Amino acid sequence: MLIIDNLHAEIDGKTILNGLSLTVGAGEVHAIMGPNGAGKSTLSYVLAGRAGYEVTGGSVTFLGQDLLAMAPHERAAAGVFLGLQYPVEIPGVSNLMFLRTALNAQRTQRGEAEASGAEFMKLARAAAEDLGLPFDMLKRSVNQGFSGGEKKRNEMVQMAVLQPKLAVLDETDSGLDIDALRVVSEGINRMRSPDRATLLITHYQRLLDYVVPDHVHVLVGGRIVRSGGADLAQILERDGYVSIAA
Amino acid sequence: MTALPTRRDEAWRYADLAAAARAWPVTPEAITVAAGTEQTLMLADDAAPGSAGIRQIAVTLEAGARFACYVIAGRGAYGRFALDVTLHAGAHFELGGVLVAGGEQVLEIVTTVTHAGPGATSRQTIRCVAGGTATATYLGKVAVTRDGQQTDAAQSFKALLLDRGATANAKPELEIFADDVKCAHGATVGELDRTALFYLESRGLPPAAARALLTRAFLSDALASIADDSAREAAEARLEALL
Repeated sequence: MLIIDNLHAEIDGKTILNGLSLTVGAGEVHAIMGPNGAGKSTLSYVLAGRAGYEVTGGSVTFLGQDLLAMAPHERAAAGVFLGLQYPVEIPGVSNLMFLRTALNAQRTQRGEAEASGAEFMKLARAAAEDLGLPFDMLKRSVNQGFSGGEKKRNEMVQMAVLQPKLAVLDETDSGLDIDALRVVSEGINRMRSPDRATLLITHYQRLLDYVVPDHVHVLVGGRIVRSGGADLAQILERDGYVSIAA
Repeated sequence: MTALPTRRDEAWRYADLAAAARAWPVTPEAITVAAGTEQTLMLADDAAPGSAGIRQIAVTLEAGARFACYVIAGRGAYGRFALDVTLHAGAHFELGGVLVAGGEQVLEIVTTVTHAGPGATSRQTIRCVAGGTATATYLGKVAVTRDGQQTDAAQSFKALLLDRGATANAKPELEIFADDVKCAHGATVGELDRTALFYLESRGLPPAAARALLTRAFLSDALASIADDSAREAAEARLEALL
């Protein structure tokens, strides 16, 4: 589904990704772990196409298409979803209006019929309920006045409604208490299916107790230095990144 | 007012005087809101695109009266909305102004709000978007007389500039002769938040749709105080038509 080959990227002339290669198959959950500054967030922004992140080498192929040649909204329509570490507040735009506009923009780009008001409300209600976010909060401005945990739940509500093929979740576990972590993890697990893949980007092993990955990769200095199964996360938690990178 | 204004007149400093001459002479209007009553005035430049229009309205609010005025402008080549508002004891004045200026348009809101009695309140919220070489201007004077104790006045002006040639002018002015007053004012000029734009695009909105959504949200701040739902929706539809 996703093939990243020898990816190099920089910000303001500073190299952050330095030959990163990774292949994610349909139905798989991959965790990318690494210390601060390893390039975890940069990888997620490069996959989503954020301006300012310049790819200087390598390629990214998503479902057979050149992902790097696509604009951010085209990537979204193709099925890429980025769950942000710090979801943005948008005063004056309600969550429902934002989400419905996004869903229909994606459907239009894919040549599908737009969701009716009733169909959309059903999807949004079900997603909010599953993630324990009071439905009334979706009537408020996007993320405005939301706590850190509510913002992350809201990201998961968006993911559940948009039904992406590839979810890239950047530090979705940060800022969550134990209960919220469980709810958000269940949200991620519900999305697991044979035709969908997930890239979990995280600092800590904690999330991986709830969302058990098929593969774990260690990102240090802008490249994957070690890959393994779910047990690699436990080894990392015990021994730290330094021993792995050495 | 009979003589044409000149550039030396501070209140006309940013005006398009050639266009103003086309709208001259101006017929002043007067409104009195009786004690304890409420009135709402919706103003828009419905004139044909390219025309010039000037509204000059004096409003007197008697004790405890409430007056709300909403300006939505974006069609005329030159549009000027001048309000001279006098508030008596306990009266409230609410102004929401939306200016959408593109091309070479010059749009202005000019207010003088005089707090003549005690305990009067005023809220002015102006939101502008200017592109091309357009000019959007807000000149807002708040005057508090000796009798205007416990005045609570607020002015908020925010403008988005879409192009380098566009201009936004904001001049809040305070003249206070009472000692127990609260007069707040703020003005910002900027551009759309890039992080918010990326967020919307990453969810599937094409760039133009993302910009339109953020711009509309920014402007509708000025209409948020319209209490009646259907009136607010009508005002927002009018705004939408300008974008």
